[in-house]
Amino acid sequence: MGDSVQTTTFLDEVASLPACDKINECIQCGVCSGSCTTATHWEYTPRKVIALVRAGMKDELLKSNSIWFCVSCYLCTARCPRDIKPASIMHGLESIALKEGYKPPTKTTTMYRTFSDSIVNNGRVYEFGFMFKYYLKTNPFAAIKMIPMALSLLTHKRMPLFAKKVKGTADLKTIINKLSAGGGR
Amino acid sequence: MEPKIGVYVCHCGSNIAGVVDVEKVAEFARTLPSVVVARDYKFMCSDPGQDLIKKDIKELGVNRVVVASCSPQMHEPTFRRAVQEGGLNPYYFEMANIREHCSWVTENPKEATEKAKALVSAAVRRVFYHQPLENKEVPVHPDTLIVGGGIAGIQAALEIANSGHKVYLVEKGPSIGGHMMQLDKTFPTLDCSACILTPKMSLVGAHPQIELLTYSEIDYVSGYVGNFRVKIRKKARYVDASLCSGCGICSTKCPIKVDSEFDEKLAKRKAIYTPFAQAVPNVPVIEKEKCTYFLKGKCRACEKFCERNAINFQQEDEILDIEVGNIILTTGFKLFDPSPIKEYGYGRLDNVITSLEFERMVNSAGPTTGKVLLKNGKEPKSVAIIHCVGSRDEKYHEYCSRVCCMYGMKFAHLLKEHIHGSKVYEFYIDIRSFGKGYEEFYNRVQKEGTVFFRGRPGEVTDVAQTPEEKGKLIVQFEDTLVGKQSRLPVDMVVLCSGIEPQADAQETAHKFNISCGKENFFTEKHPKLDPVATMTDGVFIAGCCQGPKDIPDTVAQASAAAARVLALINKGKVEIEADTAFIDEAMCSGCRVCNLLCPYSAISYIEKDKVSRVNEALCKGCGTCVAGCPSGAIIHKHFTNEQINAEIEGILV
Amino acid sequence: MRYYTYYPGCSMEATGAPVEESIKAIAKPLDMELIELEDWTCCGSSPFSGVDKVKAIGITARVLAQAEKTGLDLVTPCSSCYTILQEANDLIKEDHKLAEKVREALSAVGLTYNGTVKVRHIVEVLFNDIGPKGLAAKVVRPLTGLKVACYHGCQQVRPSYGHDDSELPDWLDQMAKSLGADPVDFPLKARCCGSSLVISESDVAIELINKLLQNARDHDAQCMVTTTCPLCHTALDVYQSAVNSKYKAGFKMPVLAITQLIAVALGLDYKQAALPGNVVSPKKLLAPYFASKPQAVPAETPTA
Repeated sequence: MGDSVQTTTFLDEVASLPACDKINECIQCGVCSGSCTTATHWEYTPRKVIALVRAGMKDELLKSNSIWFCVSCYLCTARCPRDIKPASIMHGLESIALKEGYKPPTKTTTMYRTFSDSIVNNGRVYEFGFMFKYYLKTNPFAAIKMIPMALSLLTHKRMPLFAKKVKGTADLKTIINKLSAGGGR
Repeated sequence: MEPKIGVYVCHCGSNIAGVVDVEKVAEFARTLPSVVVARDYKFMCSDPGQDLIKKDIKELGVNRVVVASCSPQMHEPTFRRAVQEGGLNPYYFEMANIREHCSWVTENPKEATEKAKALVSAAVRRVFYHQPLENKEVPVHPDTLIVGGGIAGIQAALEIANSGHKVYLVEKGPSIGGHMMQLDKTFPTLDCSACILTPKMSLVGAHPQIELLTYSEIDYVSGYVGNFRVKIRKKARYVDASLCSGCGICSTKCPIKVDSEFDEKLAKRKAIYTPFAQAVPNVPVIEKEKCTYFLKGKCRACEKFCERNAINFQQEDEILDIEVGNIILTTGFKLFDPSPIKEYGYGRLDNVITSLEFERMVNSAGPTTGKVLLKNGKEPKSVAIIHCVGSRDEKYHEYCSRVCCMYGMKFAHLLKEHIHGSKVYEFYIDIRSFGKGYEEFYNRVQKEGTVFFRGRPGEVTDVAQTPEEKGKLIVQFEDTLVGKQSRLPVDMVVLCSGIEPQADAQETAHKFNISCGKENFFTEKHPKLDPVATMTDGVFIAGCCQGPKDIPDTVAQASAAAARVLALINKGKVEIEADTAFIDEAMCSGCRVCNLLCPYSAISYIEKDKVSRVNEALCKGCGTCVAGCPSGAIIHKHFTNEQINAEIEGILV
Repeated sequence: MRYYTYYPGCSMEATGAPVEESIKAIAKPLDMELIELEDWTCCGSSPFSGVDKVKAIGITARVLAQAEKTGLDLVTPCSSCYTILQEANDLIKEDHKLAEKVREALSAVGLTYNGTVKVRHIVEVLFNDIGPKGLAAKVVRPLTGLKVACYHGCQQVRPSYGHDDSELPDWLDQMAKSLGADPVDFPLKARCCGSSLVISESDVAIELINKLLQNARDHDAQCMVTTTCPLCHTALDVYQSAVNSKYKAGFKMPVLAITQLIAVALGLDYKQAALPGNVVSPKKLLAPYFASKPQAVPAETPTA
């Protein structure tokens, strides 16, 4: 006890995020990776992601595509023998990566950002607007391939072209600003 | 005799002296009423420390002793003995805890010293009023009761019986033998389990000093160490054991088939049955609930064919009332049922089996005559063995079941032996091969070609994703040493299910006045230094009822418990502490409130005298009756109102 | 009459429109009053949580704070909203530091949240408050002989809130049975549809959707009955054509949300059950049921 300088490790940083506090109890059993719906697409499996956090290998981890393939199916969380929430840890790592400007090889980061912007600007996700902006940012040509589906959605009345007006939109902006100012991670 | 108090303040190295100013406390003690000497010393519990006390008793006429040191839990017996050796009654002693209650709970020396002074003052005022008390001695009945006829109970019974003392061995099932009888080979020696167990079972059956009571249960226990009274219910077998020859014709002729518990429901037995061929005693029982005669009044085939006329449908349960001096509980374990782990498919998918089911199959005397078979009757070509099922898991049992790594590897060896060219895979998190010969066994299993994957599987499924997976069981897991999710198609999956306490463990604990821990295993007196004793004197535990363990450790514990019992029997008597309740019969109004309050049933009402009286041997000195008596007629020896009030005054002054 | 505060979630206004319509259609016949939360905002869903976990909880808390004012249970049909709302609700109660930050942020917009809202999924409400028996009593068009694969999806059952089994749930099966249908064995009934990645990593999602449809077909299902989650319904219904073009699978598996199935069984017509909104048309499959007259008395009551 009584070290002069307390350095916060990557592990400490992740453990302090909501619902991520049990990360150090992991025994690396591999049930999460064994259960993960998309594990074969992850550069580092969910279990290995936790090992990398504990090893402090932040760059290797956040430069990889790993965490972005989490589909939030929660099989890992349901089966973990130590009651750790790997899915929440993945979400927490995503928020660190986006905040610190990492650019992993996946369009999911753009999708998340566009989605979130839609919420902040409209109060709700304006699906048509969000999809339009997303394809514009990533691959406009891919949008062309989506036209038949878009038409199908339109004709089945499942894609309103205009966003509803939501008064509470202003509230969201205030809440978000308050949480940035107050040191919200 | 005028009290002359000696006060001894211990430094306990720096444990106390590091925080409390022990010299000041001793100095303060000298000013207290009736104190004739006050000393401080480095280690009071040491021989020189104790000698200080004895010297002062002899030379200064000290006749009351206060030691200010650690907790009475640590050294009250030590100092009482020293005082006694000095020539005083040991109850003329009082301890002030200035360590656990003082120096160890604060870093503030000033506050600690003040508190120490207050505690010493309290002890000094209290000890003034102490009375000379005598410990009571009660005799120890030389007979012993052992509950549970598995290897632990058998071992303990033989140890005690071989010393010439009588043992009652009570077993719930129709035969002794327990789970060990179900096993095929035991690790790491690969001894045939039945071959090493049955000789012991025979010895038990034949031993003149062992009264074997199978198909029996404990109805009621009362009493205290050295003197227990037990009511045993011998359930009706409906077979006269004195006539039965064990020929087995009754079972052959019985038309009713029932799932065999011994064979883990992989085979059937009859309504009249012995659980296995080598049963001891070799006398069948009739399961009343399944027998046609008891249900409908018909059949009676067993009776018709029995050449000894041993069937007796009129037989009734017999109640035995026995007296024993000691009890050993060896009630064993049950296997965790993996049905709740839906992702492993037990109960839903064919060919996912538990460890005991595997043992029965691979056993040559078992339901498949030693062949490991799939549901379709064929032998599996590939088998996955999954460790830690139901163990090391906060959803089921947090603890490690200790034996599964070893028995899982044993299965791998047996499979390689039984099925030529079979592929065997072990899925583990850690390999726990801690015992003598265990690591070598692990090495051997690796040499034989079993493949070890480090990774607890996520699931076992039958939903095929490729043509190779069709018709197979697929284990989906991460090979953590490689870092990739993989799928392995196999024919059979064996789940290394964990060890759990018996379902009625709490009920049993309550019956014998002991406790269960968080996971319902019986609580030992001290996990490191006293693993076979319990907080109830005279009741011992051994084997898996205390916690998961293998056969060597079970046998060691059983022998240990037997040794403890023999020590008590040998001594022949037991000392009961004197701080018990005492009813002043002149003041007792005979209201009997205390009778009901006593948690140990130690108080009885004496009809002819119209007063209540405390059985000092049963009394544990809890004080409930003392507080509850409306007439204030009950005195708590060594905790009188006078003594307690003095103690309080000492603190407040 | 049972009253609930209803939180549709953003997708119900768009891709989930038919499911939303069917929920509104069956509310009255089932004596349920679903009062839409006034001026509700997005719960954040997984993307916002991935952008900033703490801020995400802040905006979810707005929904909870508003719902608390109504004093009723907060019911949502969207499994994603359900999980997000539950998690935020639990975290606010357990993580005091977080709760303090959230409290400050909420007070800046004049709101407070005391942690009293009970978040419920509409499927759980249907199962526990109405129940298979309650449903059976109102069936006038029993779906006898209709083989259905009941798809529960992930976030309705995991993380577990002590409701349906998290590996092999069967509430939808029980309800389908009470409507007269014949639920088939469906091992992948609680496996992911991949919809959270269907836009940015569509190959991965399409692969998952294919597995689900394949599993349903392997077990002889004539149609799938899904939870009310708009994402799950969209993945299986709208993206079925994408699966067919990629894998040449030839699926023609109509996908009904449980509430659409209930609507049909309760005697509502094709339009009222919001079935024209389904991309894979169930018209042919359900034609025999719409052809026969609705019975006054239910055909069978299920065992509990």
